[in-house]
Amino acid sequence: MLIIRYAVAISFLMGIGLTSGCANVEAWERGVLSKSEMSWDPDPLSAGLNEHIYFSKEGSSGGAALGGGGCGCN
Amino acid sequence: MSNASEKCRVLTLVLIVFTSCSAGAVNVGERAPDINLPTLKNEGILSLSDFRGRVVYLDFWASWCGSCRTSLPLLSKLRDELSISGLEVIGVNVDADTAAGVKFINKYPVSFPVLADPAGKTPKLYALKGMPTSFLIDKSGKVRKIHQGFKKSDMQVIRHQVMNLLKEK
Repeated sequence: MLIIRYAVAISFLMGIGLTSGCANVEAWERGVLSKSEMSWDPDPLSAGLNEHIYFSKEGSSGGAALGGGGCGCN
Repeated sequence: MSNASEKCRVLTLVLIVFTSCSAGAVNVGERAPDINLPTLKNEGILSLSDFRGRVVYLDFWASWCGSCRTSLPLLSKLRDELSISGLEVIGVNVDADTAAGVKFINKYPVSFPVLADPAGKTPKLYALKGMPTSFLIDKSGKVRKIHQGFKKSDMQVIRHQVMNLLKEK
């Protein structure tokens, strides 16, 4: 009886692992991920300009990221 | 049988099941698993064992890998220089679409043999963690160094390691 309970528990855990939707993309399978359209900022120049405008409007440095904390002191 | 020891057994079984997926990496000092692949331009099949007795620099690369644009021409130059002393460089292209690899190699031609593995069987066998990854294999077929990633300054170190292996009997 106990063994059946453990078997059910293991099956449940493995089921969670198999159905969680997480796929491990191996190092040699990143061809699609490395395409420019897959990056957050496909154009670094325009991203830099947008960030500059954002900082100017916000009046603080680091407003778009963790750095600076938005305190306006750096 | 006590309840605790049974729990231990079950937990061990679970751990074996979940950790068996990460097994199979090739480590320094181990024999390099043989590979048997067609060339990128489909001119025949080559095996790693064909090069036994020579120092082999086995390089896994892909057309989408930025560092490979730097590494391949430099490795080709090293091979041209040290081929006569017993060095062979073998490239393994891991592009899922082989045509992308062919296009790349036409743009950046190399003198060494390049094999194609679109199914990714050999990178899995060698358990690559990043691209590019290279394995320096001695004359007896053992892996002596593993290089992950590539920058221009690495070439000096690679050259030194190759020279040391070439001196071995």
